[in-house]
Amino acid sequence: MKPFTFKSVLNIGVILAAIVFLLPTFFNCWPHKKINLGLDLQGGMHLVLEVQNIKAVEAEVERTIQEIKKQLRTEGVKHLGISRLNDNSILAKFADGNDKSGFETVLSKNFGNLVAHKPQIDNNIVSYKLALSEEDTENLKKMATAQALETIRNRIDEFGVSEPDIRIQGKNRILIQLPGIQDPERAKDLIGKTAQLTFQLVDDDADVNAAINGTPPVGDEILYQTKYNPGSGIPVKTAFLINKRILLDGSLLTNARVEFDQFQQPQIGIEFNRKGARVFDHITGENIHKRLAIVLDKTVYSAPVIQDRIAGGKARITGHFTLNEAKDLAIALRAGSLPAPVKIIEERTVGPTLGADSIRTGLISMVIGGFLVILFMIIYYKNAGLIADLALIVNIILIGGGLAAFQATLTLPGIAGIILTIGMAVDANVIIYERIREEIRKGKTALAAVHSGFDRAALTILDANVTTLIAALVLYQFGTGPIKGFAVTLCLGIVASLFTALVLSKSIFNFVLKNKPSKKLSI
Amino acid sequence: MQLIKSDINIDFIGKHNIAYALSIILILLSIGSLIIHKGPNYGIDFVGGTIIQIKFSEQVPVDKIRTGLSDIGFNDASVQNFGHNQDNEFLIRTSNLAMTDKGLSQSITDAVKASTGIAPEIRRVEMVGPQVGKDLRNKALLAIFYSLLFITIYISGRFELKWILSGVMAGSLMTAVYFLSVFNFSMAILITAALVITLALFWILRLKYAMGAIVALLHDVLITIGIFSILNLDFSLPIIAALLTIIGYSLNDTIIVFDRIRENIKGAKTTDSLPLLFNKSINETLSRTILTSVTTLVVLFALYFLGGEIIHNFAFAMIIGILIGTYSSIFVASPIVLIAHKR
Repeated sequence: MKPFTFKSVLNIGVILAAIVFLLPTFFNCWPHKKINLGLDLQGGMHLVLEVQNIKAVEAEVERTIQEIKKQLRTEGVKHLGISRLNDNSILAKFADGNDKSGFETVLSKNFGNLVAHKPQIDNNIVSYKLALSEEDTENLKKMATAQALETIRNRIDEFGVSEPDIRIQGKNRILIQLPGIQDPERAKDLIGKTAQLTFQLVDDDADVNAAINGTPPVGDEILYQTKYNPGSGIPVKTAFLINKRILLDGSLLTNARVEFDQFQQPQIGIEFNRKGARVFDHITGENIHKRLAIVLDKTVYSAPVIQDRIAGGKARITGHFTLNEAKDLAIALRAGSLPAPVKIIEERTVGPTLGADSIRTGLISMVIGGFLVILFMIIYYKNAGLIADLALIVNIILIGGGLAAFQATLTLPGIAGIILTIGMAVDANVIIYERIREEIRKGKTALAAVHSGFDRAALTILDANVTTLIAALVLYQFGTGPIKGFAVTLCLGIVASLFTALVLSKSIFNFVLKNKPSKKLSI
Repeated sequence: MQLIKSDINIDFIGKHNIAYALSIILILLSIGSLIIHKGPNYGIDFVGGTIIQIKFSEQVPVDKIRTGLSDIGFNDASVQNFGHNQDNEFLIRTSNLAMTDKGLSQSITDAVKASTGIAPEIRRVEMVGPQVGKDLRNKALLAIFYSLLFITIYISGRFELKWILSGVMAGSLMTAVYFLSVFNFSMAILITAALVITLALFWILRLKYAMGAIVALLHDVLITIGIFSILNLDFSLPIIAALLTIIGYSLNDTIIVFDRIRENIKGAKTTDSLPLLFNKSINETLSRTILTSVTTLVVLFALYFLGGEIIHNFAFAMIIGILIGTYSSIFVASPIVLIAHKR
């Protein structure tokens, strides 16, 4: 007999490889790939955000309207109202004659990308319906999602989370996984903040209260400022009539950081780049004695009266921030605003203590379940049971090694998958052993019985495992998070048990039978 | 040691009428319960909603928690003990989604602390929006459908060598389901229709083994879902995982029997009657069928009793599925193949 057959080398090689991959999980050694724990085991937050990218389209349409108006002003063309309709098209009205032709020139010269419908004429008023092209709209939406992803990634990086997983899912969804996060609420606030900072003028010519009860004047909107009563802490809302025109926004920021006022109250100091500083200089110079509102996500933070032209491009956002709120807001402003608001449509947060409990109960049931199966096999199949038990232990090592080698994630359902595999791995041995017993009853010798037992059972075992493998692969394809973890351990378990039953156990049997003089089988 | 005598000979095929009656009763009960309860008792994974798991350091009356929650407008919230009584753990469940965006955990901690006097530890928050729930439901149905289909292709390929026939059939079914799903058909109706067509095609194309297998699998899945519905247990994502595993695993037993049937038919003299052959095959493999299920059930019971509350329902679904699956591979799958053989 050759000392090293191909099979024995294969057996030992596979087992050694699995052990090498499994070791770093317990000790700090090569190849430094630990088994990843899922969020449900180590604690953490899983979020799915929906980017409301239709809002980015809305914003673009509003911007286009402002552009058209500006262009018309410079060309001296008068309009009778240009507004955004609910389906994100633009309705522009002109008096027939010079204004009409003037508009058409502007349209063809500067806004060729807009799709224009045939104008309608009614009482000498010409109405145009304009829209962004389908392609532009789709691009805007796609860009909004991509940009939101980038912004959120920057924010999370600054917030400081180790190994976050952030990716686009489908058309307008963003999947975020933050393992081991300490303060999920705060992270959620930071991620979800649109952080759209704008500087807009307060319209002091019209009456706010009349606007609240009726409709605001054309070009204005009602926004609120929330202040807290210093004594009782009850929030008080103050309404402002704000001109819709955005004079300056947060895109020209270079820096935002937390500062403190003379009462040690946190506030955020912002700095603009050179272009921003020039715009700021310009608007403050032109609007002295008017009120300039600092608006963040449609909420007024302050609306100071402009006393003088402000050069240098520095401003402050004051409000009743806690230190953490101020820090997070500064991060959000630095990382940039989201191009469209996001909505949390799925959240799964697991605290670290629950994760630890899950690991404990999972391991306990694994050990107890495994022990019972091992005991059963020894009682039922005696020495042959021992071989099956050895195969079972190797099986678990292989699954662990596989998890580490493929950098798969172990989840709570994944542990359940391993436990299930313990039950299923010995199935293969049961099928073989029953067959061997049958062959022995037919009067075959031990060696012949073992051979035909393995040969005849092999195909059955393969068939039976392939069907489970199919189900597990489908599950992997369709499942998310923890369920995927289950599919992974199940697949690994099936492959491992095919190996342990059909290759490893058989080799052990051959080895034992060749070295045993009595040729009587303990099964 | 031997639990089942090697010379055992039970007349399974002869008793198939009793088995059919039992199966039909179970299926009718399942469908009845599903109709009364208007479908499975979907957890938040499939209909959307919020669950929050909280733990107290000492005993707290449930009423107090409820009072605290209704103070912040969670009137529809249900509060249940979670796990063992001495754990002082509770599961709050609400269809309210509005508050999850802003400081939900904090407001619940504050409210419950105000009403009970003890600050709870928030251990788990799960919120699923209605659209996500719908997506997951469709995905789950598709997963069940695809795994049934793939498995039956494999069975007809391996047992009847009709790879191409079953492959083409499955391919056209998948394409049909895909295109129809684009047109916003209800996924549940679509897949039910697809399965009925699959069964009819198996019958017409005489794919006997595949038909026996798929009938047995549908039987197992339907009854497992039915038992969950009767016991009013939550139907969540892990249960889908359990169902798929049952689909894959309950077939193990069926395949063991099928394999033996095929082997016995090959070696049979023409004089042997088919029912006798089938019965012989089932009996010969009986100890295997039972033992493999027993070892799996052993670990599942360990998981059920010791694995903790989160995995509880999953383990339960698996236990039910394995029991039903073992029963169906003896009493349902083979008799169906026999019927198809007799055509």
